[in-house]
Amino acid sequence: MINPKQKGISDEKTKSIVMSFYHAIKSLGTALPTLLGVVLLLGLFLTLVSKQFIASVFTGELFRDTVIGSAMGSIAAGNAVNSYIIGGELMKEGVSLFAITAFIVTWVTVSIVQFPAEAAILGKRFAVIRNSLSFFLAILVSIATVTTLILIR
Amino acid sequence: MEILVEKKTKGGKYYGFYFLVAVIFLYFLLFFFDPEGAHNSLKVSGNIFIRIIPVLLLVILFMVLIDYFLHPKTVAKYAGKESGIKGWFFAISAGIISHGPIYVWYPLLKELRDRGMRSGLIAAFLYSRAIKIPLLPLMVYYFGALFVVVLLPYIVIASLIEGEIIEIIERRKR
Repeated sequence: MINPKQKGISDEKTKSIVMSFYHAIKSLGTALPTLLGVVLLLGLFLTLVSKQFIASVFTGELFRDTVIGSAMGSIAAGNAVNSYIIGGELMKEGVSLFAITAFIVTWVTVSIVQFPAEAAILGKRFAVIRNSLSFFLAILVSIATVTTLILIR
Repeated sequence: MEILVEKKTKGGKYYGFYFLVAVIFLYFLLFFFDPEGAHNSLKVSGNIFIRIIPVLLLVILFMVLIDYFLHPKTVAKYAGKESGIKGWFFAISAGIISHGPIYVWYPLLKELRDRGMRSGLIAAFLYSRAIKIPLLPLMVYYFGALFVVVLLPYIVIASLIEGEIIEIIERRKR
């Protein structure tokens, strides 16, 4: 015979899981228009901005190129694999490792395309501060990395 | 409530919707000037969407588990004000392990923050995602093992610095 008290607890647990599922779907549903917008924007970016265009903006001046690398990585979007491939190509073109390092770091840590989603879900102020900090930190990471490499070599 | 979290206004509630409408409008414009470009962009977006579905399902699963098992007290213990080094370790490790595009993880991070996770740890999580374990062989192939060995610790340090700065800003605003 089933203890009515136990049945009550089990019913409560099922109800609670259903509620958790409902909360998760509701939460993701609220974010869905923003996520869809970001995916559509990514499609535009990946189709309209070529690798040649990215390579053409570097000047040859070390510090300026590092800042440009950081900026290009912030604007660029998509899978990090692409940043390594483009970075590898840029290295062949003679672009400095300072710029390439900043480029591949900001590719993941800063995102102009994904900014609307981050601002909508995590808050505009948080998104502005985090992306700005990530931009400058990428320059510092690139200087620290390449300087360490020079010292080691 | 965290300082860096803004109150949801009526406009903020529809922000995502307006953003989507603006992007769709861009596509309409492109259809007039470059129909092939617009078509290709849609195709690329479709492929991206199909690719993120498994990660979205994973995120839903995580959110259900968090909602069911993780009470605010537990989140506060591991990622709240008193979490200390444990919190940083948890956030950076999770960032390194996390998979898929970042925007898919935003709702989960919001959920965790609503349950007491520090904003600094969220920033550290987002920064440490620059380390992609499955992609390390490719990074080594393009830039060499030494470059990777030097870069990765600096990314971890930058994650900590960014998180700390965000927490300092938060404390000053209070």
